[in-house]
This record gives sequence, C-alpha cells and structure tokens, in this order.
Amino acid sequence: MTTKPTALILQAYGTNRDQDAAEALSLAGADPVLVPLNHLRLGKRHFLDFQLLVVPGGFSYADALGAGKLLALDLKAYFADEIRAFVESGRPVIGICNGFQALVKAGILPGNREQGMESSDATATLTFNAKGHFECRWVSLRPVSQNCIWTKGLSETIESPIAHAEGNFQTSDQSLLSALSSLNQIALTYAHPDGSPANGEYPTNPNGSLLDIAGLCNPAGNVLGLMPHPENHIHPHQHPRWTRGLTMGSGLPLFRKGVKYAEAL
Amino acid sequence: MPIYRFVIRFNQPDPRSASLLADAHALGFEQLKLITCQDIYFLEGQLSPEECRQLALELLTDPVTQTADWYEFPGAVPYPSTAPRTNLEPANQLVEVTLRPGVTDPVAAQLARAAHELGFDGVHRAATGSRFLLEGLDREQAGELARRLLANPTIQHWTMDAIAPSFPQEAASSGEVETIHLRGLSDSEFLAVSGSRRAALDLAEMKAIHAYFQSEGRDPTDVEFEAIAQTWSEHCGHKTFKAKITLVSSLPLEEGWRGEGEIDSLLKTYLKSATDKIAAPWVRSAFVDNAGIIDFDDEFEVSFKVETHNHPSAIEPFGGANTGVGGVIRDVLGVSAKPIANTDVLCFGPQSVRFSALPEGVLHPRRILSGVVAGVQDYGNKMGIPTVNGALWFDPGYTANPLVFCGTVGLAPKGLHVRAPRRGNRVILLGGRTGRDGLRGATFSSMTMDAQTGEVSGASVQIGDPITEKGLVDILLPARDRGLYTAITDCGAGGLSSAVGEMASSIGADVDLAHVHLKYPGLTPWEIWLSEAQERMVVAVPPENIPALQELCDTFNTELTDIGEFTGSGRLVVRYDNKVVLDLANEFLHEGIPQRQLIAIFSTLSPSLPRRDGGGFGGGSLAETLLKLLSHPNIASKAPIIHLYDHEVQGGTVVKPLAGLEADAPSDAAVVKPIGTTGKTGIVLSNGLNPEYGKRDAYHMALAVLDEAIRNAVAVGADPARIAVLDNFCWGDPLRPETLGSLVEAARGCHDGALLFDTPFISGKDSLNNEYLGADGQRHAIPPTLLISAIGLIPDIAKAVTMDLKTAGNLLYLVGEFAPVFGGSHFELLAPDLSHDPVPTLATNTPKVYRALHTCTKQGLIRSCHDLSEGGLAVSAAEMCIGGRLGLDLDLGPREPVRGLFGETTGCLLVEVEPDKAEAFEALFAGLPVVRLGTVTDAPTLSIRTNTELQIAIPITALVTAWNTPLQ
Repeated sequence: MTTKPTALILQAYGTNRDQDAAEALSLAGADPVLVPLNHLRLGKRHFLDFQLLVVPGGFSYADALGAGKLLALDLKAYFADEIRAFVESGRPVIGICNGFQALVKAGILPGNREQGMESSDATATLTFNAKGHFECRWVSLRPVSQNCIWTKGLSETIESPIAHAEGNFQTSDQSLLSALSSLNQIALTYAHPDGSPANGEYPTNPNGSLLDIAGLCNPAGNVLGLMPHPENHIHPHQHPRWTRGLTMGSGLPLFRKGVKYAEAL
Repeated sequence: MPIYRFVIRFNQPDPRSASLLADAHALGFEQLKLITCQDIYFLEGQLSPEECRQLALELLTDPVTQTADWYEFPGAVPYPSTAPRTNLEPANQLVEVTLRPGVTDPVAAQLARAAHELGFDGVHRAATGSRFLLEGLDREQAGELARRLLANPTIQHWTMDAIAPSFPQEAASSGEVETIHLRGLSDSEFLAVSGSRRAALDLAEMKAIHAYFQSEGRDPTDVEFEAIAQTWSEHCGHKTFKAKITLVSSLPLEEGWRGEGEIDSLLKTYLKSATDKIAAPWVRSAFVDNAGIIDFDDEFEVSFKVETHNHPSAIEPFGGANTGVGGVIRDVLGVSAKPIANTDVLCFGPQSVRFSALPEGVLHPRRILSGVVAGVQDYGNKMGIPTVNGALWFDPGYTANPLVFCGTVGLAPKGLHVRAPRRGNRVILLGGRTGRDGLRGATFSSMTMDAQTGEVSGASVQIGDPITEKGLVDILLPARDRGLYTAITDCGAGGLSSAVGEMASSIGADVDLAHVHLKYPGLTPWEIWLSEAQERMVVAVPPENIPALQELCDTFNTELTDIGEFTGSGRLVVRYDNKVVLDLANEFLHEGIPQRQLIAIFSTLSPSLPRRDGGGFGGGSLAETLLKLLSHPNIASKAPIIHLYDHEVQGGTVVKPLAGLEADAPSDAAVVKPIGTTGKTGIVLSNGLNPEYGKRDAYHMALAVLDEAIRNAVAVGADPARIAVLDNFCWGDPLRPETLGSLVEAARGCHDGALLFDTPFISGKDSLNNEYLGADGQRHAIPPTLLISAIGLIPDIAKAVTMDLKTAGNLLYLVGEFAPVFGGSHFELLAPDLSHDPVPTLATNTPKVYRALHTCTKQGLIRSCHDLSEGGLAVSAAEMCIGGRLGLDLDLGPREPVRGLFGETTGCLLVEVEPDKAEAFEALFAGLPVVRLGTVTDAPTLSIRTNTELQIAIPITALVTAWNTPLQ
C-alpha cells in the first residue's frame, strides 16, 4: 500500500479558499495539511517536507497594493530558496486565483528566465479585469498544455467558477506570448462549453486576458497557476445546471493529475 | 518628519474609470468626457532618493501596467521617476481625495508593514489617496462632481490641487474623567443633561439614574453615564419592544383580536411567546444568544442572525454596509460558529431621482446603492463567506433612509458554545485596535460635521478591515475546539461597554482601560469604553490557557490584550491606570431601566372596500404590462449585483442565486451544503419583504412576508417542519402612536403567522426612528418594513428543486389558494387608479399545501417550482420560461384576465411535473387547492389563456430582454 502524498496548503494572512483546496486535494488522493505561513517562517514546518504545494485563493493582505503583491513579497523575502528548491525538485505546485497572482508577482510564473526575484523586472502580470470590477461566474476551460503535469492528457472541458477582480493576464513583452505558446506553457484557456475558443469575448473570457489565458505553467510544467476555481467543482451538485441533469466538466481530474504525478516522484 | 508623495498611474486606461464615468453621466455630468484615476501614497519618514525609487518600483507599482513619480511633499520637484514626465495630462481639472485622520485605512497599514518587511526602517507611517483627472468639466462642475461622487466629506477631504495627507495628531494620552452632576437638578435640567450628551434618555430614565446614584451617595462619572446610556439605548435595550403599550382604536376591533387595551412587551407577547408555544425541540437557542441556533444534524448546529446598519449606510454607504456585514459575522462568531453564508437585503430610493428633489444632505440613491453593494462585496468576499441570498427593493420612502439588512449563517459542532465566565478568568480583547470609530455613531452623524469636527474627533464612521476579522475566525475556531475560553461575545454597538457588560452581567468584572491598545493616543476613558471600533471580540479565558491562545494569535497575526478579570463580585468595575472610573451594580445596569409607557393607535386596519376588476385597465396591452413588470426595478434581474458577490467560496452553494440554462433566472432560495458535514442535509435560506403591503396593512403584510419566506424555502425543497425565522422590523418613530400602531399590528401578524405555520422565531432585531427631517421641514419616514429571513433544512440536497422549466411536454400546476388582489401589487404601481383592493390575506390551508409539496419533492415528483410573488402569476411563469428557455401554454380557466395574470396572492406556487408522475402528484394534493394550468412547450413562447381565449403570447427572447433591463 502506497502512502498518500502530502500537500502543503499555504494559509497566508487573508487566504480563504484553503479548505476548499484541501477538500479537492483530499478527494484527489492526497493528504492535505493546512500550514499557516508563520509556521513556515518560524521553521515549525518546511516546504520540502511535502510532496505538493498549493497556494490557494483568497485576499492575502486584503489585496493591498495589488492582488497577490504582498504575499509575493513574503514568498521572496522569506522563502525564496526553499520555494526554488521545491520547484526545481519537480514537485507539483498549484497557485489558484490569489495564489496564481502571488506566483506571477513573485516571478515564479511564467518563470521563463532565471528569476532575479525582483518584481520590477517582471514582464507579465494579472491586472484589473477589463470590466473593472470583481466578478463571480461560471466559466468553461479548455486544457491545452501537454507539457503541464496538471493538464497533460485532460481532454474534457473543465467548468468552474471564477471569483476575482484582478485576473486579466497582460504582458509588456510580446516575445513572451510566443514563448508561452511555443513552450506549451498555456495550460488552460477560457472557452465555450464545447471547447471552442472565447476569442476574448465577454463573458466567455471574463476578464480580458490575452490569448484567453486562464492558467499558465512554468517551462518545466510542474508549476500551474490559474484564476478559476476547479476546487469548487469537485462534486456534481456544485455545477450550476446539475438540477437539469448536466454535471459535466468536473475539476477533480486536474487535481488527480497533480497528485498522481507526485505519487510517481 | 519628511513626507514623500507617490503618484501611480496606469499606462493604459484604468479599468476603474469606466464605471466612474458611467456613474458621473448618470448623475447628470454628461459633459465629462474622460476620467482618469490614479493612486496616491504618502510615506512619512526618513528616506533617501534611492529608497524612494526602490519603494516605488518594488512595492507601489505593477511594472507591467503602471508607472510612478514621487517627490518630497510639500514641494513640486519630482525625483527621477519611471513616468515620462510630460505636461500635465490633457485634463482640464484635477480632484484629489484622502481619508480624514483616524479613518481605518487597511492599505496604508499594509504599506507601512510591507515597507518594514523590505527593510525600509525609516518609514514611520503611511497614508493613501486618490487622484482624478477630469476632461470636459469646468472648475465648478469638477467641484460638484467631487461632492456628489468622488469624495464623501464624512470620511474624506478633497482638494483641486495637490492634497496633503492627514495623519492623526500625536496627542497625549488622557485619563480625564468628568463628573456628571445630577443631584439637585430639576426635570428640565435632567433632560438638558441627556440632550447635551446626546444620550437619548427620557425623564423616567434620568430619574432612575439619579435615584441609583443618590443611593450610592455620589454623582456618576462620564464613563458611568455613557455606559448606562448605551446599555439603555433603543439599539441595545429594545425599549420599544419591551414597552408597556396602551392600545387606542377608533375602529371596531377585529374578531379574535386579543390586545384588550394593553400589551406588556411586544417581544414577550408576540415573538417569544410564539416560539414558546411552538416549542420546537430542534431550536437550541432563541432570543438569548447573539444569534438564533437550531439543530443541523447529529453532529452540528446552525446559527443565523440578521442585523441592520441603516444610518451608517446613509451617511457613508461603503463603510456603513461594510461594517454591517462585519458586525453580523461577529454575532455568529459570538456563538462560537464558523460563518458559512451571508445574506443581504437592501432598500433604496429610486435610482433615477433628480438631485433637486433630494432632501438637503442626502446622498443620491445611485451612489448609496453602489457604495452599499461595494461594502457588502468587499467584506463578504474578503472573508471568504459566500453571499447566497438577498433582495433589493426601491421606494421613494428609502431615499433618505436606505435599509441595509446583513445576515450571516454559522455552523458549529454541537455543545462547544460556552457561555459562563468563571471567577478568575481573564477578560481578553482580541483583534483590531481601539479608536474613536463609531463613537456614539448616531450622535455624531446628527451633529454638523464640519471640517473641524472631523479633525478633532477622528472618524466617527466605522470602516471595516475584513482581513483582521478573518484572523479572528482563524484563531477563535481552534480556540473553541480546544476549549480555551469559557465565554465569548463580540464588540458591536456600545463596544467594550456592551461586550464586557453583558459577559459580566451575572458575575462581575474589573478591567483597566489603560491596557487597551489604541489606534492613536488621546482617547478619554469613556471613549475607550464606548468605542465601536470594528473587528474586536472579547473572550473569558482561564489564566492557564492564555499562552495557548497567545500562540494562536501570533500564528494568525492577531493582537491579544489582557484588560482585566471576571471577579464574582456582581459589580462592574472599570479603571483607568488603576483609578476607578466606573463602579456599577450589574443589577442596576441591566435591570434598572424603567419600562417605557407608549400609546399605539390603529389606523391601519384595512377597511373593506369593494373590489374592482381590472377590466377597464387602459394601460396598454396585457403583454406590454407583463414586460413592464419584468423590467420593474423590484422584479428585474439583479444579476449585475449578484455577480459582484462571491457566492461559490466554501464550495457549498448547491442552489445558487441565479438558476437555469443560462444561469440568469431568479432562484426562490439558496441551498448550502456546508463543507465538512458528511450527511446529505443542506441549509435553505430565503426571505420575505413587502413594504407596499406594509403601507396599507401591517398585520397582513407580516403574514404575507412570513409566508413568502417559508414558501420560497419550501419551493427549493426545505422541510416545512424544520424552518425557523428571524424578524427585522424597520419602522419610523415609535413615539408617534400611529407608527407604533402599525408596529404592533406587524408583531401580531408575526405571532399569528408563526403559529399557523408552526415556525418559530429564533432571533430578531428592530431599527426604529428611520426618519429624516429635511431642510424643507418635512418628515421623510420609511414605509413600515418587516424583513423575515428563513433558515430551513433540506433532508437530502440531491432532491433540491430549481425554478427553471426543465423539459417540454411536462405539466404545469398551480398549487395553493389562488386569490389574486391588486392591493399593494406591482400592477397597482403601474396603474394606481385601480387601488381599491385590500392586500392579500393568508389562507389557513397554506401549511397543508406546503407539506404536500414537500412530500412530492422528497418523492422526486417535482421538476421545477417557483413561487408567485410580486407581479403575480404571469411574472412567475415568465421567470420559469427564462430559466429553462422553454415555453409554456397555460389556461387559467374562467377568470378575469388582468386579475388572474397580475393580481398578487399568498400561498401559491407553480409546479412542473412529468406526465407519468401526474397521478402520484395529484393524489398527494387530494383535498387541497391544485389546478393543472397547461404544459411546458418547445415553442419558445409564453402563452396564457383564460377559458381558451388567448390573453398573452410573448416570445421568450422578449421576456429575457425585459427581465435584463438594467436597474435604471
């Protein structure tokens, strides 16, 4: 009997979808552990004690100075080496919503060059939604990347809610966009329920992200960041049309991919 | 100390600008072509130019989307910046806004913290501001826009040039205590004392205070006087609901009316008594704790509380609603529960009202709505609590007095909520720091808030800080599980005075206010004791548990302050630096208030006027009328607001606020399956509200809205035998006998309705004196408004039913006693001439209808179900069509068409049943009112006939368009 891989669910100041993520990881076969950031700072826990890392959604530090910005500052100030080691060890990392924002603002995603961990060098960001406000609604996601360990082999469209105000992926570096495509880093895109592309059309693409990008991975494929919340679609009755007998597009397979990968490491 | 000013600008148009531009246009500033928002940050401290550059780049800007410039302030010489420093933007006007000193500013606090984390130790403190570049307005118009939209003088300064930050003055701490001289005063002098301290105490209450202190042989301190005024306030003491009321009626009393001239406490007579008579064994706490509590399953209990935050929302909509949500969440924390769902019900003035028509000093209803919604959104979303149910109502009566009802549901393992502090336990204050926030909140808002007041008093308006409150949740739930505290309560209205006073009411306490951590120095003892600073909880903790609690607090960045001890003396003793500033017998503080004597006159019993039919209705075709009703702001889609609230976090929202194929139709109620529970049981949340009925007949309004809340819950699958309700009365001045008369009628309706349905009240709240005296000398009172919030259980969430039509060929039934009338109906709002009907009454067989419906739901016989409410049967049918994008072909039989389509009734629902289940369905409704109206069709048209004659045939697309009309 194999033991379950353990997943570190990071609880920062203002994290709020930690338990949602824990439930998804648990159903996907991992053993989730909620770890307050201060316990990591105090050395009571270590990143490398775990097989997976989850940076869940929420409003870390109240989104002050930009969503994810101050959590990114923590990650860089206190854990730069540990996180780099974790990522380089190839273990699965997922940043959801605020976690994605933090990974991008810390320079861990898209991670296309050696990171100086200086945010002023960053050329990609998640900025205010094109509509200018927070939005909670269900979207369809097309798994794209066959390089990302979380989406490789997924064919079915994933349906899940978004709940964010700053999920609009933008870059000041056009070459980055082509690199993301050529390196298979575009993990998930906003799509119509049949999988056809949103082509920037609201609300299918809910925030105006370039290339309909909903999720990105690093070049190595083990770190995924995404704005939507597949952890809120792991039971059929969470789907908005389940009373109509429509329960497709579970988010669970994505988590299973990450957990299976961790098991095999 | 130097101050550095940073301005952050977007490279591309700021996405925030679009909504501001739309707001400005709606407020009449059509000349405004462009508005550009920029962020201002101030850092006070010793910083080198290089440090400023690093802070600007590392902390304050997003390098992809923003640029910054900065300089030492005042002075205009910019330091090297990332912004191409061209001539000032092509704007003709500039408005800059900052917060007044002492107003809670979470971003500034995080900025200072993060600067230190980055090693910039020279940063002393931070402030934030906003900068608006306006194109197309002249200077005068820009100033007007600042007043109407960009700044709120209650909490903000604004200027038309570079604004300076306003840090709180560094005043010395003050232990100053005044004596309030009462001995030897005349009656009029008593009232003058009450008035001068804005204590709202009447003569009988002043005399009771005087008598108490006479027996103590001294005069009260200001701390004591303020504490008594707070404890005895309407808000905390519910004087009107506990008053002795003499009834006067010029009308013949209705049969069965048992008032007989006098009521000793509305609360006891009508609300608690109903709960006592029903004696439901699953009610675990009613009217005792901070929230009502019922059983959930063998393992868990659920709590529910709904509060109002009306006056604060009128003067500062964002902060008022924000702290309203924060406050009710703490109520649920106060019963040791995890907050798992929020509700919000909002009442506003018409959005299209002209400025010139507004009473002096009243914010525009459009601004109130957007501020309130943003406040609800900010707190609930950041706390990670889904907002799953609500309502929105517009009426001119709410223009000056918006109503903001905030509800929170909690979940807790059974038996862990403890309520008894023990002698020797420490009095522990957790969470945010104490400032002048909300100090005598109602008082300050009624004073002239000139610039001086703001500077001197700091902010009297509360602004929330949801992340601090999230920290409280994160520590209190494990503290509960580990049994670290013996009692808990929240700091709400009345602050520490109320919280410690209540906890110590049976045992006594001795606290020292000098230990309380302050946001800024200079507060006097009474200000510390009464402060309504947000995000604070008080717990009673055995000394040996303090280290464990401290460790939790350190883990989740929350401040713990030991301010004293529970003593067992039966007295409440408050010190400042060891000097006693308050020493009161608990019995006097909590029981010493004289009962109010009030008079109520009934003028609202609706006379039976002859009914008129709608045959002569000349307001256009029936189809046009239906489309008008669908786009009426009370009925039309609330989707733009619903999408601003996170209704998915915690993953338990099984029936969402919006339902159907395109997720754009209105659910009757929400169903929540709490994360961490293992069975199939779900929580059902719904509400009922109808001030139109309230204006005409408060008694039948109460029955109707109680029925509406229960009906909505049953529609989605709640077991009618397991529903509990909460009341929220928002009324005018109860000292006016007619106003009190309608309040008595509404309370009596609550009682009678609760007994009819066997549905207990478990909690409630009243907000009275919702009146506004305009500069025109007119009283602007709200319509009598009763919100009933229902919390029910659905035994198996897999059996939940949504309101969208499912399959063509299915049958559509009408269940319930269909007795449509026009009194108070939305049809009447469109055609006021028809107003000769009474409001709907409640049929006594309604509970049987709901029980039968629930049996059908449990047996899986129901495919969709939607209740009849505002707009009547036609609106209900239209909404079901929108939900399923399917048609209906209905025949109402021999009925007067206008009444049948648009008259309003209680107790009725439309139900979709598959043909092969029709027999079983009808059998379960044997002996009850049930009519087969027609079928669901693939043809995308809503067709309604009377006696085979076609009255309405509207394409679904037209229904969808009308229903999605923006709320003006």
